[in-house]
Amino acid sequence: MTQNMDNKPQVKRESKNKIRVEFERTDLKERLKAKYLSAYFLKNVVWYIFRLLLLIGIAFVVLKPFYTIIMQSFMAAEDFIDSTVVQVPRHFSAIIYKAIIVDLEYFNFFFQTLALSLGCALLQTFSCALIGYGLAKFKFRGAKAVFFLVVLTLAIPHGTMQSAIFYRFRHFDILGILTFFSGGARTGIGWLDGILSKITILPFIDGVSTIRSVVPLLLLSATGLAFKNGLYIFMLRQFFRGVPDELEESAYLDGANTFRTFLQVILPLSVPMMITVFLFAFCWQWTDDFYIPLFFTGDQPSLMTYIARFGEIPKSLTVLYTNVTHSSGDYKKAIEYGCGLMACAPLIILYLFCQKFLVQGIERSGITG
Amino acid sequence: MTNQVKAPAAAANAAPQKKKKIASLDRRKARAGWLFVLPFLIGLVIIYIPILWESIQYSFFNYKVVDDITYKTFAGFEHYSSALFGEADFAQSLLTGLKEMAFDIPAILIFSLFVAVILNQKMVGRAAFRAIFFLPVVVSTGMMESIMTASYGAAGEGMDLGMEAGAAEKLASVMALEQLLSRIFESLGFGLGLVEYIASAVAGISDIINRSGVQILIFLAALQSISPAIYESCQIDGATSWETFWKITFPMVSPMILVNAVYTIIDSFTTDSNSVMKVINNAYLGAGGIKNPANISAAMGWMYFLVVLLIVGAVAGIFSAYVFYQRRD
Repeated sequence: MTQNMDNKPQVKRESKNKIRVEFERTDLKERLKAKYLSAYFLKNVVWYIFRLLLLIGIAFVVLKPFYTIIMQSFMAAEDFIDSTVVQVPRHFSAIIYKAIIVDLEYFNFFFQTLALSLGCALLQTFSCALIGYGLAKFKFRGAKAVFFLVVLTLAIPHGTMQSAIFYRFRHFDILGILTFFSGGARTGIGWLDGILSKITILPFIDGVSTIRSVVPLLLLSATGLAFKNGLYIFMLRQFFRGVPDELEESAYLDGANTFRTFLQVILPLSVPMMITVFLFAFCWQWTDDFYIPLFFTGDQPSLMTYIARFGEIPKSLTVLYTNVTHSSGDYKKAIEYGCGLMACAPLIILYLFCQKFLVQGIERSGITG
Repeated sequence: MTNQVKAPAAAANAAPQKKKKIASLDRRKARAGWLFVLPFLIGLVIIYIPILWESIQYSFFNYKVVDDITYKTFAGFEHYSSALFGEADFAQSLLTGLKEMAFDIPAILIFSLFVAVILNQKMVGRAAFRAIFFLPVVVSTGMMESIMTASYGAAGEGMDLGMEAGAAEKLASVMALEQLLSRIFESLGFGLGLVEYIASAVAGISDIINRSGVQILIFLAALQSISPAIYESCQIDGATSWETFWKITFPMVSPMILVNAVYTIIDSFTTDSNSVMKVINNAYLGAGGIKNPANISAAMGWMYFLVVLLIVGAVAGIFSAYVFYQRRD
């Protein structure tokens, strides 16, 4: 410490481009007082604490079900009879998980669902990108009408049209052409029907049944009509509108056609957005419990939907289960939750790795207009 | 596709005498636009419109299968009237559904905007909080929801598994909470309606949290796109954060309030946990001894869809009058 006798800044050291000056400073005590005893600081502290409590509270509400499920699923059978066991298991046992993995052939389910979800999500991402790009960058007559139709597909709940969707894919046909060439066309006029029914080039008199296969899901995905695809198209359209036109113009000048421009210029720079859409599509296809039961009626393929939906009691647990159930139904619930958790576990892991893309993609989408 | 750009030029060189009009750049771009939306149009023509048509037919016709041949007879509005006044409690649940919506949507919008504003501030552990808050977006669709609601029965207290106490106990705690809240708010001099609203919003908070993931995401994106320079100049002019919120943040995110309102309405109308959707699904499954389940559920679906469309239109109309756009182009 240098002595500042005359209350003036004192040059301590001077070099070519640096200068160090000592000022007379206020006491540390005074400085701390000014900093920490002001209304401004108090307000900040109160807000900080309030905010933290609020966020922790909300996080608690979100995470609590998972905590309960996880804890219950690790309880041994006797813990369900013991009424003193409330949250934390007294006898740890992973028997439920073992049963799910071994008896329910978890990995078989896992890989089948993975293949289906991956296929559908990739198709959906690509076709929605195509459609969104077309709507964003090309001014053609009817573009607005097409966009309106996209929003309409989002707004009409598919749940209300189950029977029609099922019928459509049970008797799949392309504009009646297949039935026409198989002699299945009906006009209501007797003699004409007689002639039409003699055409038997193709054997599909009732259309092609695509039920109990993945064809309907793939078709819906490829045409941007699957679950919430309207939302993806909307998001991607907003994103592509924010991409400067000059990029494409320079690509055109270099001789690329529109499609190649899209593939080689636009797609690479929209990777975060595509990942966001892909994540949505993948997760929502993985947890889908509307289309799969609808298209696989009477059949139970090894898909995660069925692990979670019906909560089957695995074989190796039945003895334990019957011992326990007459005293409480909690064990069955625990098994069901265990199944649900195992079904969602891959998603949660995927999400932990990709969640930063989720925010990033939407941030860059310029969805905000 | 490939020769979209080159072909007209080639044609112009090779056969000018044909007087074939060279497509202008705009025309060519328009054509390319159609090609890009082609997948959707194909799907629309071969899948979606037939489904819609089929569904409309279901709601207006009677089907009878004799000797493997289906006969259709026009039934007029018979299915509609039996859906409205018949055995299914459609009209009743439609009213409750609308009431639920009128209650849920403002709650979800306010909550998600609030959380988005908080998550946009710099703090310790922001990334972790964001990750937790968006978890429901990924997990709580479809099957997780069906497990969780199944465990609480069709009455559906939403998804709050967290309360593993018995239903009666839980109800008691909720009622105590409501009483406490209403006492607080009454002493502050609020109207009874508002008190009830807030009390039940607090009681159903976990449902609201679980349903507002996408909305938070969209609001967060909107908040991030506001230039920090605006906030800085406000601060220099001495605006409080309260004023800044209402004068800057709120107008700037107002377009997204519109988007989120529409999204929330559609989303809450179309989830399976919606009470009207449950009635329609039950009607489809033929529960409660309904005759012609497919026809009546189709009629219900169409009425429901019209109601949704009307509400979305009304909300969009009202909101868009108040929306502030920073730039108009």
